[in-house]
Amino acid sequence: MTAMIEAKGVHKLFGELHVLKGIDFTVERGEVAVLLGPSGSGKSTLIRCINELEQISAGRMYVDGELMGLREKNGRLHRLSDKEIAHQRSRVGMVFQRFNLFPHMTALANVMEAPRQVLRMSKGEAERDAREQLERVGLADRADHYPSQLSGGQQQRVAIARALAMKPELMLFDEPTSALDPELVGEVLTVMQDLAASGMTMVVVTHEVGFAREVADQVVFMDDGVIVESGPPAAVIDNPQNPRTKDFFAKVL
Amino acid sequence: MAESTPELIHARPVFRPSVWIWAAIVLVLAAMFVHGLVTNPNYHWEIVWEYLFDPRVVSAVGWTLILTVAAMCLGILMAVTMAIMRMGTNPVLRAVSWAYIWFFRGTPIYTQLVFWGLVGVLYQRLSIGIPFGPEFFSFNTYDLITPAVAAILGLGLNEGAYLAEIVRGGLQSVDKGQWEAANALGMKRSTTLRRIVIPQAMRVIVPPTGNETISMLKTTSLVLAVPFSLELTFVSNAIGNKMFQPLPLLLVAAIYYLAITSILMIFQTRIEAYYGKGFDGEKPAKAGRGMSKRQQSILAAGTVHDDPTLEVTP
Repeated sequence: MTAMIEAKGVHKLFGELHVLKGIDFTVERGEVAVLLGPSGSGKSTLIRCINELEQISAGRMYVDGELMGLREKNGRLHRLSDKEIAHQRSRVGMVFQRFNLFPHMTALANVMEAPRQVLRMSKGEAERDAREQLERVGLADRADHYPSQLSGGQQQRVAIARALAMKPELMLFDEPTSALDPELVGEVLTVMQDLAASGMTMVVVTHEVGFAREVADQVVFMDDGVIVESGPPAAVIDNPQNPRTKDFFAKVL
Repeated sequence: MAESTPELIHARPVFRPSVWIWAAIVLVLAAMFVHGLVTNPNYHWEIVWEYLFDPRVVSAVGWTLILTVAAMCLGILMAVTMAIMRMGTNPVLRAVSWAYIWFFRGTPIYTQLVFWGLVGVLYQRLSIGIPFGPEFFSFNTYDLITPAVAAILGLGLNEGAYLAEIVRGGLQSVDKGQWEAANALGMKRSTTLRRIVIPQAMRVIVPPTGNETISMLKTTSLVLAVPFSLELTFVSNAIGNKMFQPLPLLLVAAIYYLAITSILMIFQTRIEAYYGKGFDGEKPAKAGRGMSKRQQSILAAGTVHDDPTLEVTP
């Protein structure tokens, strides 16, 4: 069976700035991969390349065996149309640091929006489904609240429900707890932990080393646009081999 | 320990004599002005009252309103189309939109109105057919572009160029995180615009559009350039000139413009309250009078910024 994510020699350049310098990275089905590393190491860029929010500059990115954003025909590469890219993205859920909930819609409407507009689900079906997802993140009683009436932790849980409503095969989390007050971090991590336990394939960029240690199958340590070290948390976090990894965990732990 | 209400401070405010001095000055000046208006016989208030409800004047007010509404409708339609084209991915449409805005903002409205009036001279017949090929329909330009149509086209297309920039500013004021969230969910560009971006951009777009409407009301007086001769300024001038009393008829027109503007200003205030203008997104959502829950939520989220040039870091 093909891996859920396979990155082969991925580079990303923003003009002169070389952010990703040859990333090889595999995430198996049902696996939880946590990306750790100092700010500016390219973790967020990498996760944004997985669902095409950033176009990669070199290499190949495969999700579920499918080449992302490109098509190879007669030995030449062609860009996919906006519609095809939208379709590829619809199968990958994403959760952002700043939630990015739609502020003019209630929690329920936020969760229903993409199934209605993208999957063309009927209103009744979408609503039933959305309530189920809100239940799953423990916010069934907040369905009719607008984002501004919810705490940061609740907003992020709605955002997770919104992504799950598209029934993705893969969930990406880009620093999901970095914008939260410390006392609200736990509730979001708990939801993510439950999601991991249910067998969801997840890639998480975070600074929560405790979460990585407990939930990750694979910890990837990045620095300066390359993967320095990767492997099970016990190896990478508790017994790092590379001096840069050692130095990082010595500072954060 | 029982909780007790503390003794609230009821201190006298600082005495500000400048308020009273200014009040006295303004009051005297205002009284002098009103006295002058009323007692100066050259204003001919009796003529003003006589013509205020003259059927020709009332019908002219109607035409002025029709021109205002029709031109604004055309302007809004053009503006939304052009703003979306300008922000789109198609370079040809981007260029078309740029050229439209460049031309219609870059030439005087008066010149444009004269042009629309002359379009029938420049192109005597208009036809529908294959370019450079056979014609299917053909008609006399003057039958299609009547002075009223020319006036609406002139005002509306000009307004569209100004509004396009307002709409574009509004669309750009929406946080790019909103685009990213919609994209990540697999929503198409057009769906994202319609469902996510435009509803939030309304807060930035609608209040200045209200201002533009008030401004359009008075700009309609320029359509004598077409020449369209049924609106308020032209009609009241014509009546006044005919009896060598231009001043009282100018007053008649001014009274109507002021009255309609006042009514529009009431709507404008309501609209601004609805969209929570003047409330700062940083502060917790505070209910403005008449402000909807939905708008409060947009405001509190801070995803739309009053200053479109403001950079948002995700």
